[in-house]
Amino acid sequence: MLAAALPAFLASLVEFVEALTIVLAVGTTRGWRSAATGTVAGAAFLAILVLAFGPALGRVPLGILQAVVGAMLVFFGLRWLRKAMLRYAGIVALHDEGKIYERRVGSLRAGAEGPGFDWIGTGTAFNAVVLEGLEVIFIVIAVGATAGQLIPASLGAVAAGVVVVVAGFALRAPLARVPENSLKAIVGVMLSAFGTFWFGEGLGFAWWRDDVSLLVLVAGYVLAAMIGVVFARRAHATRRVAA
Amino acid sequence: MQMLRTIALEIAGLFVEDRWFALATALVLGAFALAATTHAIDPRIGGYALFAWLAAVLVGGVLYAARSNGG
Repeated sequence: MLAAALPAFLASLVEFVEALTIVLAVGTTRGWRSAATGTVAGAAFLAILVLAFGPALGRVPLGILQAVVGAMLVFFGLRWLRKAMLRYAGIVALHDEGKIYERRVGSLRAGAEGPGFDWIGTGTAFNAVVLEGLEVIFIVIAVGATAGQLIPASLGAVAAGVVVVVAGFALRAPLARVPENSLKAIVGVMLSAFGTFWFGEGLGFAWWRDDVSLLVLVAGYVLAAMIGVVFARRAHATRRVAA
Repeated sequence: MQMLRTIALEIAGLFVEDRWFALATALVLGAFALAATTHAIDPRIGGYALFAWLAAVLVGGVLYAARSNGG
């Protein structure tokens, strides 16, 4: 159960932090009513999507589901891991939620406030919740669907949402304190390992001692990431000296 | 319409950031899917060979970005 809940929790945490950053920016600049309206409308829209399309998953053959979701996870996980490695190697700047918050506040303040219903504030909060929420739904499906662990994965995502919302309102500031790059690297490793495992299972490959191979894959991706960061730092330094 | 486009781009962006990196990943996955369906690979080593190729794509993709100074 924890094997599905933990990766879903960690991956969803990142997405909720991004959504909350925008909702907090809307609340601070346009008022908390439009932030709350957009958030509730976005959450309701997502709930309808899940209720409408969720049950269809049960009718897809397991092998195909494993291969498709495994491939999705590999793309998703390797993308995050690659980005985290580039940040560790100093090639890409570290993600700064504080700067994103300031930028968003500035652009919202610059917009003219009209009378009546605040479409800008509500729409911005709605967009943020729907877009980041869709990513959370993909994560939950990817992590939970293949192993019949949709409920633990959903619980992991809901727990992440609760943690971020409680932390966000307690801090009343962007969650720059969350070490996002480390979180992304950990999640990237886990999703890549799960994706490789399920894609292999979907193709009919036999894994040594079944689930134990997941630990081998996690260790393998950590090692590959460490090697990649060391060599990327050297290559980047050499390039800068030559330039 | 604009929102649907934004949502589609956002979802695509979940999986693809660097086109060449995504293409290399897709090629590895496609090659293994083909090898598995044609029984061209031993199922006992297929999973580990898949991991080795994906890890190579990962490290290669990062090194390529380091040399070209891009994310």
